[in-house]
Amino acid sequence: MPAFEVNGKTYNVDEDGFLEEPGVWTKEVATDFAGCEGVTELTENHWKVINYLRNYYLQFGIAPMIRKLCKETGFKLNEIYAMFPSGPAKGACKLAGLPKPTGCV
Amino acid sequence: MANPKPEELVQIQYPTPSKGWMDPAVEFRKGTYCYSALARNLNYLGLPNAREWQPFDADWKLPPDWKRIILDGMKERLEKFRSFRLFMDICVRCGACADKCHFYIGSGDPKNMPVVRAELVRSVYRRYFTLSGQLFGALAGARDLTEDVIKEWFYYAHQCTECRRCSVFCPYGIDTAEITMIVRELLNLIGCNINWVLEPAANCFRTGNHLGIQPHGFKDSVDFAVDELEELTGIRVDASINRKGAEVLLVVPSADYFGTPHYYTFLGYLALLHEVGLDYTFSAYASEGGNFGLFNSHEMIKRLNAKIYTEAKRLGVKWILGGECGHMWRVLHQYMDTMNGPADFLEVPVSPVTGTRFENARSTKMVHICEFTADLIHRGKIRLDPARNDRWNVTYHDSCNPARAMGLLEEPRYILRSVCNQFHEMPENTIREQTFCCGSGSGLGTDENFEMRMRGGLPRANAVKYVRDKHGVNLLTCICAIDKATLPPLLEYWVPGVDVAGIHELVGNALVMRGEKERTTDLRGEPIDQKEVAHA
Repeated sequence: MPAFEVNGKTYNVDEDGFLEEPGVWTKEVATDFAGCEGVTELTENHWKVINYLRNYYLQFGIAPMIRKLCKETGFKLNEIYAMFPSGPAKGACKLAGLPKPTGCV
Repeated sequence: MANPKPEELVQIQYPTPSKGWMDPAVEFRKGTYCYSALARNLNYLGLPNAREWQPFDADWKLPPDWKRIILDGMKERLEKFRSFRLFMDICVRCGACADKCHFYIGSGDPKNMPVVRAELVRSVYRRYFTLSGQLFGALAGARDLTEDVIKEWFYYAHQCTECRRCSVFCPYGIDTAEITMIVRELLNLIGCNINWVLEPAANCFRTGNHLGIQPHGFKDSVDFAVDELEELTGIRVDASINRKGAEVLLVVPSADYFGTPHYYTFLGYLALLHEVGLDYTFSAYASEGGNFGLFNSHEMIKRLNAKIYTEAKRLGVKWILGGECGHMWRVLHQYMDTMNGPADFLEVPVSPVTGTRFENARSTKMVHICEFTADLIHRGKIRLDPARNDRWNVTYHDSCNPARAMGLLEEPRYILRSVCNQFHEMPENTIREQTFCCGSGSGLGTDENFEMRMRGGLPRANAVKYVRDKHGVNLLTCICAIDKATLPPLLEYWVPGVDVAGIHELVGNALVMRGEKERTTDLRGEPIDQKEVAHA
């Protein structure tokens, strides 16, 4: 299993660098993973997306619909891409400690 | 990892290889393969040899008797599937298929010629199952089965999207997709699978859909869509889940209520089915039309598919309506009836709106939503204002499986010509039964496989470029969820400026609903320039 070492810490991740065990997520994970997703600074807007994803995940066990994420956070899809260059399902989910969605997405 | 740039990737060489095709050695180069399936997914599905490994590892940790397992597996399938034995025996290597494969065109790798890809298996078949191969070995085109051959099979069986374009050109009608299916099935016996296939399959088993959305999440998404549709149109639709006694069960790919742009097509279904008053229900158990079992084994197809009929029976519906999903229709059209049927508890589908009896769905009892909608338009049952789609200049990508596996060629075009004013076909040899794959089908749409996807999608993208440059096309429509997920990055890579949408998104835009408020935006929330209302 690959390990991701950053800021003196080691995280167990999958081949795509997603946290292996979503349950161990803390805010520190988002900070530590930001660099590898091309996010230089976590602004208030970033946290709005991350916290929404995290809360939805805790309630439903999966990421929300992309359209719902946009609507509930008030960001357009291109704005989310501007914040998280690899997009909502990859970059944003990775920082929020969610597993990567699979299937026809 | 930096992906190669389009101008680098397009420099495709077709050199004569320095080594013969019988040499099985392959290099698992980043960008050209998919990661292995996680042990937890194999365990969940009860599949053998769950372990931690990756294709680039030297040791694949195969079971000690892997060779016997593969050869026994081949023997069993040669006896069970007459098609497999026939396809092993009858190829005359004429080469008609050679340049028809999108992966060969985009990669220049001769082992991606369908004839050679199949030859990788035929050579083993000859060695162990024919007298000439046993007696004369390599002279008779036979090869020993080695671990390197297993790795080669794995590499090339996952550089075939089972799109079946090659089979259109084969004078013998050899279906190379079926050969790929058997190879993947054999590899499955020794635990050599990819995660992008098995995680959706395991999710489907656990929650009813590939994404792993649980019933309360499914309801949350459907409720959200109902709310948003009301904001857009002023009309509140009823989209029930698990409602017993409904006339019709609606089964769609789970990406329709998760991904973008799929979701806009989902809104289109809701609007249309409300407008014509269809008495339908979703099911949380059968909340997936797709079937990633098709990319794993016949056994897995059957296991995942069973829930559709089971749920139709439990809910007491009369027939089943299916959404815009690609490979789902190969399973429904060619396997469901014999694997999990006969569905004698259902009725031959009749549209309650038009009275049309769908004789073509007599055995499966399942109708494609494009058939249903085309019939509505043909009988003048809905009002359409194509001008609402005037910002789009549209072309249509025949999604491989609806086109080649069920012959759905006219209905999508008929609908498109009714719901938009600007429509242009791509070149003749890239559409209809000759359609080019998106390059990411059959479970290969992963990030790590990016380079091979862009290579495989090049012929499709090239045809899109032609109509973009010639006619100003800015929207590629399709009726497959994998298309909707993987064509946007493909087009962004090769043909910037062309968007992707499902057909029912455009239907939903154009549909004039009784009692609707003045529509100021399309289903994407983008402003529409209202000109005139046409009466269909």
